[in-house]
Amino acid sequence: MELIRLLGQNTLAGFNKLGRGTYFLTHTLAGFMELLPRPHLVINQMYSVGVLSFLIITISGLFVGMVLSLQGYYILSDFGAEESLGLMVAASLVRELGPVVTALLFAGRAGSALTAEIGLMKATEQLSGMEMMAVDPINRIISPRFLAGLIAMPLLAALFSMVGIVGGHLVGVGLLGVDNGSFWSQMQAGIDFEDDIINGVIKSLVFGFVTTWIALFEGYDTTPTSEGVSRATTRTVVNSAFSILGLDFILTALMFGD
Amino acid sequence: MNNIAQDNLVSVRNLSFSRGNRPIFDDISLELARGKITAIMGPSGTGKTTLLKLIGGQLQPLRGNIIVDGENVHRLKRKDLYNLRKRMGMLFQSGALLTDMNVFDNVAFPLREHTHLPESMIRSIVLMKLQAVGLRGARDMMPNELSGGMARRIALARAIALDPMMIMYDEPFTGQDPISMGVLVHLIKALNTTLGLTSIVVSHDVHETAAIADYIYLISDGKIAGQGTPEEIKNSSSEWVQQFMNGTADGPVHFHYPADDFIDDLLVPSKPDHPPRVSKRYGNLEP
Amino acid sequence: MQHTHTQDTLVGLFVAFGIAGLFFLALQVSNLSSFSNDDTYTVTARFQNSGGLKPRATVSSSGVKIGQVKSISLDPKTFESVVEMSISSRFNTLPDDTSASIFTAGLLGEQYVSLEAGGSDELLKDGGKIELTQSAIILEKVIGQFLFKSAEEKAEGNK
Repeated sequence: MELIRLLGQNTLAGFNKLGRGTYFLTHTLAGFMELLPRPHLVINQMYSVGVLSFLIITISGLFVGMVLSLQGYYILSDFGAEESLGLMVAASLVRELGPVVTALLFAGRAGSALTAEIGLMKATEQLSGMEMMAVDPINRIISPRFLAGLIAMPLLAALFSMVGIVGGHLVGVGLLGVDNGSFWSQMQAGIDFEDDIINGVIKSLVFGFVTTWIALFEGYDTTPTSEGVSRATTRTVVNSAFSILGLDFILTALMFGD
Repeated sequence: MNNIAQDNLVSVRNLSFSRGNRPIFDDISLELARGKITAIMGPSGTGKTTLLKLIGGQLQPLRGNIIVDGENVHRLKRKDLYNLRKRMGMLFQSGALLTDMNVFDNVAFPLREHTHLPESMIRSIVLMKLQAVGLRGARDMMPNELSGGMARRIALARAIALDPMMIMYDEPFTGQDPISMGVLVHLIKALNTTLGLTSIVVSHDVHETAAIADYIYLISDGKIAGQGTPEEIKNSSSEWVQQFMNGTADGPVHFHYPADDFIDDLLVPSKPDHPPRVSKRYGNLEP
Repeated sequence: MQHTHTQDTLVGLFVAFGIAGLFFLALQVSNLSSFSNDDTYTVTARFQNSGGLKPRATVSSSGVKIGQVKSISLDPKTFESVVEMSISSRFNTLPDDTSASIFTAGLLGEQYVSLEAGGSDELLKDGGKIELTQSAIILEKVIGQFLFKSAEEKAEGNK
């Protein structure tokens, strides 16, 4: 009995949260209009969301590309197909690893920071104070961060893929001696602009949307204590990771399953 | 506009409010006179801050109305409510300064959000407001470099930036050293007289509040336990009012939280204690 | 609001890098650059069986990529496979008696169209047709024929 009661309670609480989150989202999106005359608010946030994630994204991308190249070489050389190394590295990066790993890193780096920032603003009554100054905190604080996240995410994913391919090239061509020409030509023959690149960008846009939404809502919805903020930060990372991986499966099935 | 005759800026009528199942206010009515300092006092946890949030329209009452300057706060459309709030200032307990801006930008914040004044004029206004609270020299400091008393004074400068008609002070004296406390007492009084503001001070610091208030409401258990000028309150015949004003340990409010008989409790150690009903994952969800 | 100047510059750099990344993916990594910014012309060929040929498969001549398959459809009357190919205008000197065959790149590779130039003086034009075609080699058919033949030979030898 107790189990059923708890189950029902948690389910209801889940729906309640989803409802509040959706209301929050529409309010945030409505706030985009008011950002048009004030682009500076967004640019400031691009700094903390994008520029500060730049280093972790590029370094991770470089190493992921290098490892892919190394692993791929050993498998492909068994079939005498080393020339396809460029294709393999680029396809895995552009289709999957670029958007997914970038989104996971983004959730860990920028998402958790956003939750902590908003949560602390709530805990220190800054959001409440803004409301009493007749400034809508969602329009003023949340919307610029949301837009910045939406813009930064595809750029970061593209950077990740680019650096990864360069890393793969360094190892594949520089270290393992794959022919430079066939590395690039096989890649260009196999990667389609619409099917692969555009779909990858769409994926990263979706991930950026979901991750930023989760991060901002968890911060906004937090229990205004230091314990509540730390729990919300953890929830941001965990929920973002689940959403990213789940959505990746759905998107992949929609995009690549003819 | 017909309320001007009464000359009350804020009228709280038959207000009831509860948080979860816990009633905070039970059918209370208050009248706050224009241009005066009204104090709302009571023990911790009686919802004094909640009352300010209700007046500011941040919370919805269960029943009853709040009328501010002739407008029913909770019937207003969002836009009108925001316009009303521009004429209200609120000083939060923590100051609620925006942590990513320095002092100058914090005070300039409402001006930049709500007016299209040129930067030179904003600068003059900000410096004027900072001068009024005596912190013009601190304009380049960041909020985390300020002491609690300074943060509150900066927040006060910000609250008066738009020249509001009223200011609500939430526990302005809590946790202040005697000097800062004296400064704040002086400031609240001075601002009230020089700017012709209406002030609402929520506090449980008896002496400081009584020194500046024109009228005092005492709230306890969701009811008004006493009201009157500081003189009337001091001479009140109510035992509870006397206990609160003099800070005696035992009286109508008992020293002991209600419990079983002490001797019984000691003699029956095997009696199982009820574990508190809190969710394992989220803890007590009440803030 | 200090530091905004450096901040703006850094944000600008970040956006520039990101867009450079997108361009890199579009131009250097994908097939977007190969032909789409060149002019192309279209020719069609009819095959009895186009096998596992897919749109965007390579069209090559003597092993050099000169274009890609645009679409593959079925002629409802003749039940032939109609393969439309876009070929880069740089290679506009193919004679009109060019023949097309479908081959497989390596044992397990993708199928592609190979064009072999003939000796005619007339050139293939946009919308032109390639008359001489050789269908894809279907492995099962080849194996089937081989088994059938060897069984026949055996039977003859027994007589």
